[in-house]
Amino acid sequence: MKPPVFDYAFADHLDEVAEFLADEGGEARVLAGGQSLIAMLNMRLVQPTLVVDISRLPDHDFITLKEGVVEIGCTVTQSALQFWPGLAESLPLLKRALPWVGHRQTRNKGTVCGSIAHADPSAELPLCLAALNGKAVLYSSRGERVLAAHELQVGTLETACAPDEMIRALRFPTAETGAGYGFGEVAYRHGDFAIVAVAVVATSECLRIALGGVGEKPEVCEWPLLEDKFLDDALNDLAWKLGTNEDQHATAYYRRSLIRSLGRRVVGEALACLG
Amino acid sequence: MPRLNAGQRHTIQFELNGKSVSGETEPRLLLSDFLRGVLGSTGSHVGCEHGVCGACTVRVNGCAVRSCLTLAIQINGEKVETVEGLAGNDTLSPLQRAFRRHHALQCGFCTPGILMSLSELLDTGTDVNEKNIREFLSGHLCRCTGYGNIVRAALEVFAENRSGRAVSDD
Ligand SMILES: Cc1cc2nc3c(=O)[nH]c(=O)nc-3n(C[C@@H](O)[C@H](O)[C@H](O)COP(=O)(O)OP(=O)(O)OC[C@H]3O[C@@H](n4cnc5c(N)ncnc54)[C@H](O)[C@@H]3O)c2cc1C
Ligand code: FES
Ligand code: FES
Repeated sequence: MKPPVFDYAFADHLDEVAEFLADEGGEARVLAGGQSLIAMLNMRLVQPTLVVDISRLPDHDFITLKEGVVEIGCTVTQSALQFWPGLAESLPLLKRALPWVGHRQTRNKGTVCGSIAHADPSAELPLCLAALNGKAVLYSSRGERVLAAHELQVGTLETACAPDEMIRALRFPTAETGAGYGFGEVAYRHGDFAIVAVAVVATSECLRIALGGVGEKPEVCEWPLLEDKFLDDALNDLAWKLGTNEDQHATAYYRRSLIRSLGRRVVGEALACLG
Repeated sequence: MPRLNAGQRHTIQFELNGKSVSGETEPRLLLSDFLRGVLGSTGSHVGCEHGVCGACTVRVNGCAVRSCLTLAIQINGEKVETVEGLAGNDTLSPLQRAFRRHHALQCGFCTPGILMSLSELLDTGTDVNEKNIREFLSGHLCRCTGYGNIVRAALEVFAENRSGRAVSDD
């Protein structure tokens, strides 16, 4: 359980990171909070030739609110976002989801962008990015491009971020006036990855429901505001469509029942806050 | 910053429990192994080495973090606190004393990490209650105590801090 050998560089500037990544031809890894990367190194699941530490990259420890968008820089930790004073008002879904992301001790180092880059299929932050249709700002020596959540998220531990690119920042649209938000998950232990996680956005016209832990990436679907009696049927259909994966943590049967019961509860939570 | 070569040792210097320390490290050396192996500071324990058990938890710049998920080289210039820094001149800290009064440890393997996490909570929390103590403890595994006595110890220290009156050890 010790990391393999690798060269290490810590970057003072974004362009330095870009240069290191471009020169290493896909064999480098960005180190942000290290809460997934160092665990993977310890288990020797990855063996990069170079680790580029961005944790102290200047000018990227920002959370800004401008024109209906919250932008979060790549060194912002999950704890920093959790205690950002504007969170409850601007990003009520993240306010609900962040306490579920690991533990205080991992959130103190783990970054918001790192979690999105890591793209674990049951992780909460990628689920929120998908539910809110947020965006990632990618940077490389070729320039900058912005991808929407559904373009970025392509599979298990896989994003459209190319080996020479890094996520410079994330953009989350702020809460819509009058909309309701709900989040819930079931895990074996508080702070473990979710067996099923559900995020819901309810507006006066529609319900947007996003599921984590059921597929290779967050799954999002949108329904018109359903009458209560149709909701259980809709969730049941969703359960049969998506709740098919079986692993050492849970059977497909259990996942389907969670989609129905937890889904019902979280939709209820979102509808209750609908203004 | 230049690229540091894998096989070479690089000198790092940081503050450990208020004192400046330095040593040599390869890029791949974990902070947990640097503390224990290079500095001989064996108070922080190593259980799982993938962030799950919490035994290796130390404070870096005041925040409780996993030393097994931190590279020693990242610590250059930072402030690190470990369990060795809690007691001063042969007197246990209030949190350690409360652990003793409440039998909040048995084998003690998990204890150094738990003390460091709870010390962050006690230093920064304005409202410490059973719920947030248990939230902090969710990042630790204790195979002996069942956590109840740990929660009681932490609640008592918080009450002591608030009232300014220390509880007697007898
Ligand atoms: C005990 C434990 C429990 C956990 N529980 C949960 C949980 O319940 N839910 C959850 O979501 N997560 C959980 N995690 C993982 C979470 O803590 C990590 O923070 C997160 O997955 C990765 O963020 P990081 O900043 O630590 O990234 P790192 O570990 O530094 O990097 C992870 C990966 O992303 C890449 N990367 C990081 N930042 C960037 C960037 N800006 N641009 C491009 N690539 C980048 C790295 O190269 C690496 O491949 C847990 C971790 C531990 C140790
Ligand atoms: S040894 Fe670090 S968390 Fe278990
Ligand atoms: S006291 Fe033995 S593991 Fe906690």
